[in-house]
Amino acid sequence: MNMLLETKRLETDVLIIGGGTAGCFAAYTLGRKSDKKILIAEKSNIKRSGCLAAGVNAINAYIVEGKTPQDYVDYARNDAEGIVREDLLLTMSRRLNHVTEVMEGLGLVILKDENGKYVTRGNRNIKINGENIKPILAEAASSQTNVTILNHVNITDYLLEDGCVRGAVGFDVNRPVFYEIHAEAVIVATGGAAGLYRPNNPGFSRHKMWYPPFNTGAGYAMGILAGAEMTTFEMRFIALRCKDTIAPTGTIAQGVAAKQINSRGEVYEKKYGLTTSQRVYGTVMENRMGNGPCYLKTDTISKEQELDLYKAYLNMAPSQTLKWLEAEKGPSKENVEIEGTEPYIVGGHTASGYWVDEERQTTIHGLFAAGDVAGGCPQKYVTGALAEGEIAAEGVLRYLNQKEKQCSGQRNVQEKVDSTEKKREYERFLSQAPSFLDIEQIEEAMQKIMDQYAGGISTDYQYNEAKLQKADENILLLQEKLKELSARDVDDLLRIYEIRERLIVCRVVIAHLLARKETRWHSFGEKYGLSGEKQ
Amino acid sequence: MSIRIDKEKCIGCGRCIEACPGNLLKKDQNGKAFILHMRDCWGCTSCLKECKSSAIRFFLGADIGGRGSALSVDIVGDRYLWQVTDSAGKVRSIEVNKKEANKY
Repeated sequence: MNMLLETKRLETDVLIIGGGTAGCFAAYTLGRKSDKKILIAEKSNIKRSGCLAAGVNAINAYIVEGKTPQDYVDYARNDAEGIVREDLLLTMSRRLNHVTEVMEGLGLVILKDENGKYVTRGNRNIKINGENIKPILAEAASSQTNVTILNHVNITDYLLEDGCVRGAVGFDVNRPVFYEIHAEAVIVATGGAAGLYRPNNPGFSRHKMWYPPFNTGAGYAMGILAGAEMTTFEMRFIALRCKDTIAPTGTIAQGVAAKQINSRGEVYEKKYGLTTSQRVYGTVMENRMGNGPCYLKTDTISKEQELDLYKAYLNMAPSQTLKWLEAEKGPSKENVEIEGTEPYIVGGHTASGYWVDEERQTTIHGLFAAGDVAGGCPQKYVTGALAEGEIAAEGVLRYLNQKEKQCSGQRNVQEKVDSTEKKREYERFLSQAPSFLDIEQIEEAMQKIMDQYAGGISTDYQYNEAKLQKADENILLLQEKLKELSARDVDDLLRIYEIRERLIVCRVVIAHLLARKETRWHSFGEKYGLSGEKQ
Repeated sequence: MSIRIDKEKCIGCGRCIEACPGNLLKKDQNGKAFILHMRDCWGCTSCLKECKSSAIRFFLGADIGGRGSALSVDIVGDRYLWQVTDSAGKVRSIEVNKKEANKY
């Protein structure tokens, strides 16, 4: 077997890698504000790719009447126990309401009261029908005359010249075609990383996870390989979710004011605190003390509320409605069991990602980051990702208008990556004979190592230095073995690169976990034996 | 959790293949869609919504509480007609209008 790839060479002014929430909004913004040539390269199809595939239940980052952007910054800083970039949070928060109005103008249904004002849910949320939010965004991006969409192309590496980004390379996931895309500036918006740790349902339903399993950390890996500075990967995101379906709990907790209770019926949430990580930590601790299973107390809600929950979940996580109906035990009959997920790395909820300036430019000149790949700015949710897409788009335009661009001599950034070498790398996977190791084995091994040695579900998210060192050694070994994998076709090649990305991200997660000598966020970064006080 | 595509109903239009956010669906030799990576489905139901011939149904694996029921959806204008059919053929329907916001 010796598969060679046909080469397609494209030129554009701005390349956007990843057509999810932030990527589509960046393209829409650039389309409206400039006549530059914009190209979105998307691994699947922008219509339903990324976090919003099934829909979203509410806008969770909005400045409601009587609150200010600074209030949102304070909330996010408190939730992250201080490890945030306030400048990034503030620039994002100032745009949350603006991007919401833009989305409404594009067709997003938002609930309003009789005076025409948005109906709020809590301090930062408004009610919407978000089932079709992604098709709306995709249409907004693709209807711009200067925006071209390249669906089904997986980007794996940046092209660099004199330490400046000059485009990227990738391959078609359906046909044997190599893409070499040259650009003046690049926005990376590939999302975060799922599938690093053994998931809640490791068997048949292994991809029934909260975060998109197809977000495998491509943007992080490309940045790490190129020498971009990354921040706060030790602040992992662990979501509190409905057991088995891993569907969101906020809709129930906030929608029908359900409290977290243990099997003895005690409301335990106040004992541990109400930040995102404390809600998970409390559930872990109650289980450890023998008080599990834990639930959201819903058995007092009305049949009408139950039907509204069925509808709300069909608009974002249909598995949950199916589960309730199939068991013939809806939430009005039975409390909803909850559990923590495996850890994800996602800059939209925690602070992990590229180190960026206020315009979202990374430490590589010409490379901007928006959404879950951009660090320092947690609690973005959908509107925050849209806001960052817009900020990055404006930053790119200013960058393109600069007369002289100083690139070389940046710390750690690779001087040159050219395309010929990358093409050869793809073709090697497509040509070499299969070994005893295959893609699935490497994935399982990686998830097992991370679970047992780097604080996964099986250790209640705890780790110590000795275990982390072991995790690093073993992941390094897998990285070496990866080179021996064989791809029968480009579909296999996609899966090899998805593991390559995750292994790179794993090593950085381990390094960052090792570097923080304290338990700052329970569960999110939990050193063994350090309970209660920061140490 | 995954999907099943009814080969009799599939007209081979390729819309589901195009939309799947995980590139999991492919065409077989007869031009009909099938899921190549059964265990890699995320459960977003994008393919169900794309299918004009109601050929795709979604189900939960037994490992997450599946008991043999299937979820399907027909879209008529703004109305999403969701149906859960259990293994004995009993049907439960819920209609969601996309112009109506969630109450929660």
